[in-house]
Amino acid sequence: MSALDKRMSPAEIVGQLSSGMTLGIGGWGPRRKPMALVREILRSDLTDLTVVAYGGADVGMLCAAGKVKKLVFAFVSLDAIPLEPWFRKAREAGGIEVLELDEGMFQWGLKAAAFRLPFLPTRVGLGTDLAELGGLRHVTSPYDDGEVLIAMPALKLDAALLHANRADQRGNIQLLGPDVYYDEWFARAADKTFVSTEELVPAMEDAYPAEAQASIVERCFISGVVEMPGGAHPSSMPPLYGWDMKALKAYCDMAKDPGDWAAAAPRFVGASESEYLAGFGGMEAVRALSLPIF
Amino acid sequence: MSDVSTNTATLAELCIAACAEAFRGNGEVVATGVGPVPRLAAGLAKLTHTPELMMTDGEAYLVEQPVPLGPRSYDARKTAGHLPFSRFFDAAVWSGRRHAMVTPTQIDRFGQINLSYMGGTHAQPRTQMLGVRGFPGNTICHPNSFFFPAHSPRIFVAGEVDMVSGVGYNPARRVAGGNYSDVDLRRIVTNLCVMDFGGPDHAVRVISLHPGVTFAEVQEATGFALIDAVTGETALPDAAALAVIAGLDPHNVRATVIKDNPPARNAS
Repeated sequence: MSALDKRMSPAEIVGQLSSGMTLGIGGWGPRRKPMALVREILRSDLTDLTVVAYGGADVGMLCAAGKVKKLVFAFVSLDAIPLEPWFRKAREAGGIEVLELDEGMFQWGLKAAAFRLPFLPTRVGLGTDLAELGGLRHVTSPYDDGEVLIAMPALKLDAALLHANRADQRGNIQLLGPDVYYDEWFARAADKTFVSTEELVPAMEDAYPAEAQASIVERCFISGVVEMPGGAHPSSMPPLYGWDMKALKAYCDMAKDPGDWAAAAPRFVGASESEYLAGFGGMEAVRALSLPIF
Repeated sequence: MSDVSTNTATLAELCIAACAEAFRGNGEVVATGVGPVPRLAAGLAKLTHTPELMMTDGEAYLVEQPVPLGPRSYDARKTAGHLPFSRFFDAAVWSGRRHAMVTPTQIDRFGQINLSYMGGTHAQPRTQMLGVRGFPGNTICHPNSFFFPAHSPRIFVAGEVDMVSGVGYNPARRVAGGNYSDVDLRRIVTNLCVMDFGGPDHAVRVISLHPGVTFAEVQEATGFALIDAVTGETALPDAAALAVIAGLDPHNVRATVIKDNPPARNAS
């Protein structure tokens, strides 16, 4: 693999990860999550992960499968299903360490890591339980105002996972949905970022030169790319397909008593990605999922 | 829904109108209503008394015509601007250019709110909920109001909320030297009354009672002492307001918000 041919297989990407790592996952709740790569982790022996995410089913599944040692989060939700039941089970069992953050503090921590700073100051968190629970410390402005602020520590990531509409083999990526969330900051906060994509092209400048503004992060931050159509399922991937609320509901139903993940995994992870997608009607059915209405 | 005379307003519609009052005269700020009643209230405010308000389609775009609730065509909304989550903290929250109306799981006498967990400990909650989401940032950066469809002591708790997810007016929680000047809790609207934080040291006051409700009933349903500052009955929405509400809620989602969808004024 030359430095400018970043194509990898899903197994090669997971091979770049190791147990105990701090792993960032892009997307937001049930929206544009790199679920195919998450499923690849669920098929692996990786464990003791610190997961940093605006959480949806990615977090629920990794918690349910016992892959998570620590979770850094502001929420875990499936939007139309507000409470993620597998995450709730894991929390109520007391099985995982947590660092709970405000949504804005969270991206501030990613930015601190991206800028290679130890922290960034913010008022957010003052007057709440977050600082004490999270061990967040204060910092005093050195200027005449002397204001006391929370020092949001850098959320440095060993690796990050994203799902993109398009990528080329050098690691140029394009996101076409209405919102890119904080994916660029996950990438810049991570030592290595791996991207699954709906469509992999040899060269973005030949395939999609007119849409370079959809390139949200520079290729120097991308270490590996892999084409995985349907790779966000069951989360949404605008404009290609919406979330699969029927699948998410079935996934949530499996969390009800006795709530055995081993019984849910064959359907919601599967032995391979092709087997998984086939279980939900294949790409034809995925592409037919309408975009969510808010 | 053809009859829009004031006598037929439901309690939910009265609450929407009362919530809309929280946004009156706010100017060019993003009005965010989370949940059917707050969202309809923001839309009602924008389409009637406060057209300067900004709002999103609930996803990523700014719209000048509030987006109706429930199923509709994805492309039915007309986009005037872009305000994705990727810009939300820079542009709306941390800049103070927003007023959010939300429904926490608990609220206490200081206006501290909880959306994270109830019971047990943070390490092992008895009931895990959403997580703090954006409440810590919202409450220290911009105005906030609240709507509760079922006023009870389980929501309006005695003592403090189980986890302080949003900052209130509790002096014991304030680190010396911190800047709390933007903490601005405006209104609480419930199925019983309208309240504000206008008492001594921002104590919660009841400022209007919905038709047929007494102050004693509100106090009974609240886990902490309230101040009686009632100036009258909460205003019923007029026919024009009811028509706007019906237009923004063509599937009548508002009928599902308050148990049994009672009328605002009982016929008996």
